[in-house]
Amino acid sequence: MKNHLLAALMACASAAFVANTAHAADIKVGLLLPKSGPYAALGKEIEDGFNMALEEGGKSEDFKLVTEDSEAKPQVGVAKARKLVLQDEVDAMVGIVSSAVLGAVRDFVDGSKVPLVVANAGNDEATGKNCSRYITRVSFSNAQINRPMGEWMARIGVKKVYTLAPDYAAGHQMIDAFAESFKAAGGEIVGSEYTPFGKTQDFGPYLTKAKAASPDAIYVFYAGKEAITFVKQYDSFGLKKDIPLYGSGFLTSPLYVAAEGPAAIGVTTALHYVPTINTPENKAFVAAFKAKFDRAPSEFAVQGYDAGRVLVEAVKAGATDRASITEQLSKVSYSGPRGPLTIDPATNNVIQNIYVYETVADGDGLTQKMIGTIGLVRDPANGCTLK
Amino acid sequence: MVADADFWLTQFLNGMQLSMLLFLLSIGLTIIFGLMHFVNLAHGALYMVGAYVGVSAAASLGNFWLALIAAPLAVTIVGIFLYVAVIRRMRRAGPMNQVLVTFGLIFVLVDLVRILWGDIALGMEQPAILSGPAEIFGVSYPAYRLFIIAVGLVVMVALSLVLSRTQIGAMVRAGVENDAMASCLGINVERLFFAVFCVGCALAGLAGAVAAPVFSATPSMATDILIPTLIVVVIGGLGSLGGAIVGSLIIGFIQTFGAVVLPGFASVLVYVLLAIVLIAKPAGLLPARS
Repeated sequence: MKNHLLAALMACASAAFVANTAHAADIKVGLLLPKSGPYAALGKEIEDGFNMALEEGGKSEDFKLVTEDSEAKPQVGVAKARKLVLQDEVDAMVGIVSSAVLGAVRDFVDGSKVPLVVANAGNDEATGKNCSRYITRVSFSNAQINRPMGEWMARIGVKKVYTLAPDYAAGHQMIDAFAESFKAAGGEIVGSEYTPFGKTQDFGPYLTKAKAASPDAIYVFYAGKEAITFVKQYDSFGLKKDIPLYGSGFLTSPLYVAAEGPAAIGVTTALHYVPTINTPENKAFVAAFKAKFDRAPSEFAVQGYDAGRVLVEAVKAGATDRASITEQLSKVSYSGPRGPLTIDPATNNVIQNIYVYETVADGDGLTQKMIGTIGLVRDPANGCTLK
Repeated sequence: MVADADFWLTQFLNGMQLSMLLFLLSIGLTIIFGLMHFVNLAHGALYMVGAYVGVSAAASLGNFWLALIAAPLAVTIVGIFLYVAVIRRMRRAGPMNQVLVTFGLIFVLVDLVRILWGDIALGMEQPAILSGPAEIFGVSYPAYRLFIIAVGLVVMVALSLVLSRTQIGAMVRAGVENDAMASCLGINVERLFFAVFCVGCALAGLAGAVAAPVFSATPSMATDILIPTLIVVVIGGLGSLGGAIVGSLIIGFIQTFGAVVLPGFASVLVYVLLAIVLIAKPAGLLPARS
């Protein structure tokens, strides 16, 4: 009896061993995304995009995914990152929507030398003074999206701008980057307000105040439900016809624009991806995404897609483990849905085009009309010393 | 700062609009608190359900006004279900257990909404007649917001008439004052509780549907609105209509004018006031029980 048991155990163990060796070439990837909380919708978009990239690259079988819910909370994010690295022993991690989570896991990722592909969090410092060899960002940096918009608006003749944003790190970084380049190009900021983050439902008081400063235009950063509320209230206060609304493109993201409805028409914003980019790569991507999910891809879906695509490219270039993936990631460069995408070896941040677009009516729905492209925007090193 | 009369009038209307929305929510909560001694933290979740039902009803029926009727009805049905399944059993369980159970209900309702409607915020169209700005006292102000103010005022007047002039109102006031004595006098307090609870749910649903076109419907609205509403109830005093009115006006105006005059302190001011009231008048400004 005892022998039988031992034999059975041995058999199990060797079966497990065989299973392991049979898939030795597999890449184990930990997806760290919010599945609950305010960013759950973004987590879903990123995951859908990520899976599309693996399928398209024919690598769905070779990648083994472990998904964890970060809840968009720093302490949860750190615990889940530890679990993925120490217990699941993943070869790479993908995800991170909240910059607070990215800030919290940064030292752990850097210390454990596991490559992390950031699919959203835009904090400038993550690829600036807090950059790490092991952290590659394929999404955007806050400054990268807003800096070009400052120059662009000054160039089209806007002189006086009032700014509004939620009062947290990203809000300040977005507006600071815009204000700096706008002022450098000769513009004037006539007023600026930061609204309590996540607690402001009624923008009425702020809008009334902004209007009283009589600017040529209002430039804002809002995302998610705040963006919807803001755009609708901006319209209902009748500001839109007197003072055009500009902003970083999250304001009128394809993910939220349907909820904003006609209020979003005429709002001009900048972003690193718009579904109407007129390239064969993007058309194919949009068609594939629509066929699969029955909706237009948002910038978040593309960030997820590119997070998957850079891993696929790294593996195709011969990467097999943590060290070689890290090595290959910084060399990735291709033309994808959002146009040319290159990882900047100096900061590990993405170099990409920024698109200026206006939200316009399209039958019953809304679409994005491209009105300008700022090519290959690259962040300065900002204290990053990778090279 | 540029500050002319129009500017302050617009801000006054902003304050009124927020106050009325808070009033619609807090009146239901405060009466349930005062009458039933029941802490219903799920009230904010009912507001969220009202918003989502409003959005769906407006989309499927194509009529805003029908949605405004459908949302309170649907939320009342949800409320009745909660009452029968949970709240009735928890009536004598003590405040701590009630807080825990109704806090749990928030998560259940929020997740049900996420399953049914998804995580992405949903918008609701304003009725054509109320879209766009209206002229009032020489300033242009969104017509829909005037409508919210009007709804709040109508509910306020109707409730105060019912409470002060009708027999039901007298019974409710008696129940708030001393429920044991009220049942000795032959009032079926339990049935009264149930009726009041239903009215509170219907008002939460109405508030949700009315708010949806301005704020859009999101799962997080259940908890976002809960804290201001609780503050209104605490500042105003449990169980009193007057307290709910005064509390909503104070909080609505402090939030609005705080955002204009002291933007850096806007979110702190309300809590400072709450602390002052709790120290100076722990029972609230206009408590129902003298």
